[in-house]
Amino acid sequence: MLKSRWSGLFFQLIALVLSLTVVSLILLSIGASPLNAFSNMLTGSVGSTRKIAEVLVSFVPLLLVTAGLLITFSAGLWNIGVEGQIVLGAIASVWVFRIFIDSTLPPSLIIFLSFLGGMLGGALWAALTGLLKTFGGVNEIFGGLGLNFVANALTLYLIFGAWKREGVASMSGTEPLPDSFSLAQLGELRISPTALIIAILAIVFVYFILNGTYFGLKLKAVGKNFRAAYLLGIPTWQYSMYSFLICGALAGIAGAVQVAAVYHRLIPSISSGYGYLGLMVAMLINYQAIWAIPVAFFFAALNIGSIQLPIVMQLDSSLSGVLQGILVLFVLLVEGFRQKFIKRASQI
Amino acid sequence: MTQETLLIGLAGVLAAAAPIVFAVLGETLSERAGVINLSMNGTILLSAMGGFAVAYNTDSLLLGFLAGMLIGALVALIVAFASITLNQSQVAVGFVLALTCRDLSYFLGSPYMNVPGPRLASMPIPVLSDIPILGTLLFRQDAITYISFLAIILCWVWIYRTRPGLMLQGIGEKPAAAFIRGANVNLMRYVYTVIGGALIGLAGPAFSLGVRAGWMGTISGLDGFGWIALSITIFGGWNPARAAFGAYLFGLLQWLGLVLQPVLTQVPSQVLQVAPFPLMILTLLLVNIGNAEWVERTLAAMPERTRKFFAKLLRAMRASPPTSLGVPFERD
Repeated sequence: MLKSRWSGLFFQLIALVLSLTVVSLILLSIGASPLNAFSNMLTGSVGSTRKIAEVLVSFVPLLLVTAGLLITFSAGLWNIGVEGQIVLGAIASVWVFRIFIDSTLPPSLIIFLSFLGGMLGGALWAALTGLLKTFGGVNEIFGGLGLNFVANALTLYLIFGAWKREGVASMSGTEPLPDSFSLAQLGELRISPTALIIAILAIVFVYFILNGTYFGLKLKAVGKNFRAAYLLGIPTWQYSMYSFLICGALAGIAGAVQVAAVYHRLIPSISSGYGYLGLMVAMLINYQAIWAIPVAFFFAALNIGSIQLPIVMQLDSSLSGVLQGILVLFVLLVEGFRQKFIKRASQI
Repeated sequence: MTQETLLIGLAGVLAAAAPIVFAVLGETLSERAGVINLSMNGTILLSAMGGFAVAYNTDSLLLGFLAGMLIGALVALIVAFASITLNQSQVAVGFVLALTCRDLSYFLGSPYMNVPGPRLASMPIPVLSDIPILGTLLFRQDAITYISFLAIILCWVWIYRTRPGLMLQGIGEKPAAAFIRGANVNLMRYVYTVIGGALIGLAGPAFSLGVRAGWMGTISGLDGFGWIALSITIFGGWNPARAAFGAYLFGLLQWLGLVLQPVLTQVPSQVLQVAPFPLMILTLLLVNIGNAEWVERTLAAMPERTRKFFAKLLRAMRASPPTSLGVPFERD
């Protein structure tokens, strides 16, 4: 019974209940009403069409990053450097816009080029982590973390140095790009349908690679057992590099979306933590692409729903992060218990 | 710059590095036993907030520091339980805790934002503080900085000069052999992870009640130190003395960034503040590159004398992790 598919779902439900309980206890301990907080988060995220559009704005980069991370996780890699890859994607796309700022080319072509630039920027930054791992012996977690800091330093350097705003440079970012360089929005709503379509295509693409191609099969072989894959004749380090490049490219698109559809300029924290959040989503869905869309939407809804907490309830908006983190933690713990039970049951 | 200001500056570096010293020592102990505690970044923030809140409410600095250690130990206990007892990935659990504890510290800490609270006072040691140069450098610090000096020595002596320390090395390197010699590998892993966690938890109040007194939430600038401390642990090659040296080197770089700011006017100050972070990758590369296969091949192709020179250089910098780091131990 424990091994069946439904038991897995049952255990995840337990994890959800446990995490909601713990978060409620935390809320009670500071004298806030959990029900009030949860209902505020619900109405603040899916309470109106405008709010849902806001959730989708946050959902697009999160889904793109999660899609990329599913590739690196399949190859057995912990691509923590994905934050920096989003940043470099954003930087590269702003760079393309700056090159063509006075050109007479159609704006849609320039936006397309900026997305290509973003892909390339993210992919190259990811390749750096891959090279450090393959040729420098630096574990991708530490190389990636270090490069995240470098990416942030680079952003600050551009905002306060090379791409300084006329007059006084500030944390509010570089000079906004012309309106023609923005992705079209859906009427009054802030969501760009193009960005949404790109994100959905990305996850379909990743699902297809992982479940329907020989390439994906080999990638998973490398991830499951590096040594065995090598002995089977799979060029292992090349496959690691491919997975870094694909993930970096998808994270780079997320960065380009942040520029062309959301901020229209380079700001200090352009990645908005979507990289780390994507890692959590990937862990929560147990690296199965099929669940990426609903869970990424759920996480995005929590983020948006918590924005009004400080105004309505004088609670810090980091409650969404607490809830997301505790949920993933309980899913991991409950999964550990389930495996322990299975093992014990099979021994009897 | 006069000698006196230079000395005071360097003494400041030693004090500012104290929290990082605790963090790298704690992580070193934990990883020596075979458990990576990746939660460090969140643990430091949560213990900084918790330590400050307790000290503020009880008006006792000691209780503040103890609260920080307790928080660190509890988070480490979750890592140990999930990885040792439940066989889950240490990296996954640690990473989730790093993010969760960070957000929890911001969430619970918002009432304490920018509240003036207690902080450690400098405590010059009589007689010793009058020694020229060394007196100013080492003996006019606050209590937690003295404790950080002692902790380095204690950890080093424990690992390299005592029997249980020898066993600790064995648990990290060859758990099966240590098990045969009578060590309860998993229990020892629990113990060292929790003790290491308590040390990491000391880093938080060392910030919020010491060098960066107060709690300022997202703008307190503490986010990121835990990740840096993780790379310093590797730089330190799991040796407490070398790890502490790495922490001081990092502190020195940050200080230099501040001092050089008026000189390097064309470099934005925001960039100088983050400059030590990229430098850490470079050191990681230097420490690890000796382990890469192509380096060995290149070395083998070199003429005898150059080869010896480079081999020596690489060996001096190189650090290899405990063999069983991150590998669960199961007796069968």
